[in-house]
Amino acid sequence: MEAKTAEFTSNVARAIADSQLQGTMTETGPRFIEKRAKARAGLPEFDALRDQARDIKDHVLAHLDLYLERYEAKVVESGGHVHWAETAEEARAAILGICRKLDAKLATKGKSMISEEIGLNQALEAAGVTPVETDLGEYLIQLRNEPPSHIIAPAVHLTRDQIEADFRKAHTHLDPNRDLTEIPTLVEEARTVLRQKYLDADVGITGANFLIAETGTSIIVTNEGNGDLTQTLPKAHIVIASIEKIVPTLEDATTILRVLARSATGQDFSNYTTFSTGPRRPEDPDGPGEYHVVILDNGRSNVLGTEFQDMLRCIRCGACLNHCPVYQAVGGHAYGWVYPGPIGSVVTPALIGIEKAKHLPNASTFCGRCEEVCPMRIPLPRLLRHWREKEFEKHLTPGAVRTGLGVWAYFAKRPKLYQFGTRVAARLLSVMSGKKGRLASLPLAQGWTRYRDMPAPQGKTFQAMWKERRHG
Amino acid sequence: MDNARSRIFARIRSSADKGDETARVAAVEARLQHPQRNLVPERGQGDEAHRIEVFVRMMEAVGGTVEILRDLNDVPASVATYLRNTNRPAMIRRGRDEYLANLPWHRAQTLTVKEGRAEDADTASLTHAFAGVAETGTVVQLSGVDNPTTLNFMPEAHIVLLEAKDITASYEEVWTRLRDIYGPGQMPRTVNMISGPSRTGDIEQTIVRPAHGPKDMHVIIVRRP
Ligand code: SF4
Repeated sequence: MEAKTAEFTSNVARAIADSQLQGTMTETGPRFIEKRAKARAGLPEFDALRDQARDIKDHVLAHLDLYLERYEAKVVESGGHVHWAETAEEARAAILGICRKLDAKLATKGKSMISEEIGLNQALEAAGVTPVETDLGEYLIQLRNEPPSHIIAPAVHLTRDQIEADFRKAHTHLDPNRDLTEIPTLVEEARTVLRQKYLDADVGITGANFLIAETGTSIIVTNEGNGDLTQTLPKAHIVIASIEKIVPTLEDATTILRVLARSATGQDFSNYTTFSTGPRRPEDPDGPGEYHVVILDNGRSNVLGTEFQDMLRCIRCGACLNHCPVYQAVGGHAYGWVYPGPIGSVVTPALIGIEKAKHLPNASTFCGRCEEVCPMRIPLPRLLRHWREKEFEKHLTPGAVRTGLGVWAYFAKRPKLYQFGTRVAARLLSVMSGKKGRLASLPLAQGWTRYRDMPAPQGKTFQAMWKERRHG
Repeated sequence: MDNARSRIFARIRSSADKGDETARVAAVEARLQHPQRNLVPERGQGDEAHRIEVFVRMMEAVGGTVEILRDLNDVPASVATYLRNTNRPAMIRRGRDEYLANLPWHRAQTLTVKEGRAEDADTASLTHAFAGVAETGTVVQLSGVDNPTTLNFMPEAHIVLLEAKDITASYEEVWTRLRDIYGPGQMPRTVNMISGPSRTGDIEQTIVRPAHGPKDMHVIIVRRP
């Protein structure tokens, strides 16, 4: 996907002015927070499991070459194929090669952030293979030709009215006078349209939440069952995953699964957790005839052994987005590339270069909520700070911002974005209080002093405070 | 691609100091040869009655329904009743599983029982679970001729037969059982862990059932006296 990270400031301005987006974010943001809190409270061992999950991934990263070798050997032993891709281009080429060999015309797709990262859909289309996203959220944004705005809820920015309009435009074979006002009717329509696609597809492409070295197994996790229909019905199942998805054993995968769904959607366990090993067996009445795994590096191996290594523990649960006041204020698209939110601001510079993504590490209030909720205990604020240091070394940042307060300094310098500051402050309060909109209308200064140990006279505006600090 | 492989591995190997190579290899071998359990939550742990109780509570919490029978021979009639109560045609599709095949189907005479993988027109399926996990109300299905994977996903109603003795406290016990049967490091093509009927929250975070999979999931637990 083409990076629009350089336009971060104008993206933010647009997001703040978008009242529809603001409405949706206010509505949905707090729900994620409440659900996770409830799931966490329901499992006394939750935090201890997070420690273990972190340790498992650290162990893997220290032995990644060995585990990848074992994983590869097990996939081959079970009749599957492994394709290595250093770059997005190589990954696309590998997938197109498989499609060509099978003379594929239609590819159904389960949800995969890696697919977004490598811009797979455009490549498939250009090669004459029609990609159809089957995760409802992904399908909705595919109809609009938009990137996802959230790692696990790609269409979180859309309202049902927008979706109704898109369905009327796309599903022209259906009665134009049908009633689509209710959400279940919309879901039902998508179910019917996509069911036929599963049956017609030549290949099914999914991501993988984990790859298990012990058994050569890939795991997908869904609630809809779309990934399973995608990978079971066509001639071939193609898995696209990045090198750091490896875990040693079934037990290790299990431990991390226990924290994944709880952190992501607040469920104890997702509805469908599927372990796939190789192609269908001789006696199997169903399942794909071929099983391919494309393993992508795309810059990740460069991160190993650096101060940024911890980012490779990420399991893409989205909790850091849900608890981030900046993300909640601007939504996912403003970040300009595939991965939004705190983890996006850390990963994007590593994958596309800090020069192109230099604004992102500033998109933080350093409130620390992301690290607090991260199931893999990734020190996101520290990693953001590292990027800002890098940026500083490279003199990519205008002087005044260097010494400043991250996003506050950054946007205080841009009076047009003052709105952004107030919006972030309001979201910060609501994220912290965990109650929907309760504190959303408090003046900014009050929010600032409440959570920053900073003496500021009541009632002063943020801009006034900022001026004082700069000169004082 | 092979070049890509060697370059990726070279970069991984050159990344920082990884310590003594023999020790690294030994650590990986040990972990893979002797998989260890990590922390296992207490929630599901307990005697059979407790495991059933937790399983039922968790399954119902995610929108599944559960029925407990004392006699395996009552299953056909119970399936027929369930289909009638949910206004579905008196038809089910099942795999070749002997346990299912040997049920006294003649006791549910109006019921049509088809064998094989699911077809798009099928409205209900019956599968035999390899295990149930109390912790999260999860059933574990193994692919193969006995219980084809499509039966778990295509029909609108998925009925699962689960023996009370197969309800474990946690996922970990399922892995141990699988290794005993398939051998270390071996897996069936697909292991499906299923917790409730298909759902989506993708439109305005509103939970809707079903999304693409079954609308209803009904678990029949057979608990012999
Ligand atoms: S950084 Fe942590 S919280 Fe954010 S998506 Fe990754 S695992 Fe989840």
